[in-house]
Amino acid sequence: MREDSSLSPYLALMSVFVPLSLVAIGGGPSIFAPIQKEAVDVQHWMSAREFIEIFAVARVAPGPGSMLGTLIGWKVAGWGGAIVATLALFLPSSILCLAVSKVWNRYRGREWHAALEMGLAPIGTGLMFSGAIAIFRMADAGPLAWGLAVFVAAMLTWRPRMHPFALLGVGALVFNLELYLAHSGIFR
Amino acid sequence: MAQPTPTQDDLAPPPSLFKLGGVLFWIGVFSFGGGLSGWIHRQVVHRYRWMGNEDFLSGIALAQVVPGANVTNLCVYVGYRIRGAAGAAVSLLALMSGPTVLCVFVAIGYHYVQDYPVLHACVDGVAAAAVGLNLRLGVIGTQRIQRMRRIAPMIAMVATFVSVGVMEWPLVPVVLIIAPLSIAAVWPRKGASDA
Repeated sequence: MREDSSLSPYLALMSVFVPLSLVAIGGGPSIFAPIQKEAVDVQHWMSAREFIEIFAVARVAPGPGSMLGTLIGWKVAGWGGAIVATLALFLPSSILCLAVSKVWNRYRGREWHAALEMGLAPIGTGLMFSGAIAIFRMADAGPLAWGLAVFVAAMLTWRPRMHPFALLGVGALVFNLELYLAHSGIFR
Repeated sequence: MAQPTPTQDDLAPPPSLFKLGGVLFWIGVFSFGGGLSGWIHRQVVHRYRWMGNEDFLSGIALAQVVPGANVTNLCVYVGYRIRGAAGAAVSLLALMSGPTVLCVFVAIGYHYVQDYPVLHACVDGVAAAAVGLNLRLGVIGTQRIQRMRRIAPMIAMVATFVSVGVMEWPLVPVVLIIAPLSIAAVWPRKGASDA
């Protein structure tokens, strides 16, 4: 008999998240699908329904969407699991990024460095816009959410000193207004 | 001072590691619904002027291309540029420690939120608005591309957005095709003048 399951849930978490950390090109959302497959189908850590719930929590809780990994660790092995999963998911990619930043910085000012940057920066910007769309698609957001995001971006462009909290508050208000109007039946 | 985007010249002196960590810790804690890159830009470039706008935007491109979550990569780059390797380690730890604890509390309280439509609407509204913070960074990036006064970077940006964002084509092959073309288009030509 193997004793894998009792060996250590921590090792199991690391064996899933460390490799994914290093292939998450383009950011956290690019590995959400493989994380789901591992957590639900391969390791049987949770049901598909539980995974969707965790995904929703990770989206609204503070921090990047990849806190998904932290919550899976928590489900599997409590607080220790949460910390192990967080480190396994973020530390390997961060060390790689630090190494790349060092090299990148060393050649600052060279002609080819400027060309690389001018060539890559537009891709970063294109992915930034794509990321916004991807979040809304995953969350199945309606026109109100889209309009709100565009409104916030426009306000910050027009008044860069405006505090984001005010705009996040507007978001909460608008969605509650919609809730109220939907219940009062005006739209029917 | 009235300048909306600080340049390399008017940067503030680098902060202590404690101060740097403190700023990133609070960004992590208050980043409900996401939008962290937008928050970091606002604090590090605009409020504290620890970093130039151009430098930050170059970090965004790097963070997207290197594997890993974009926000943590950006945090590592920002920390490294401001206070070296120690700055990177402190920034990452500070940014992630709050959310690691808080997201578990949110998971515990989530059923409670589900039972109250008003709270649920608040959460959805804040999350939607937070996407706007990152859209704003996209706008800043676009303005920077305009300042390059070249057509190729603009084409690369639109092509990336249409392929990944609109068509939902897989990101890695798209980047592997567009990146070399985009870099080649702006590569310094031999024999060209000192432009």
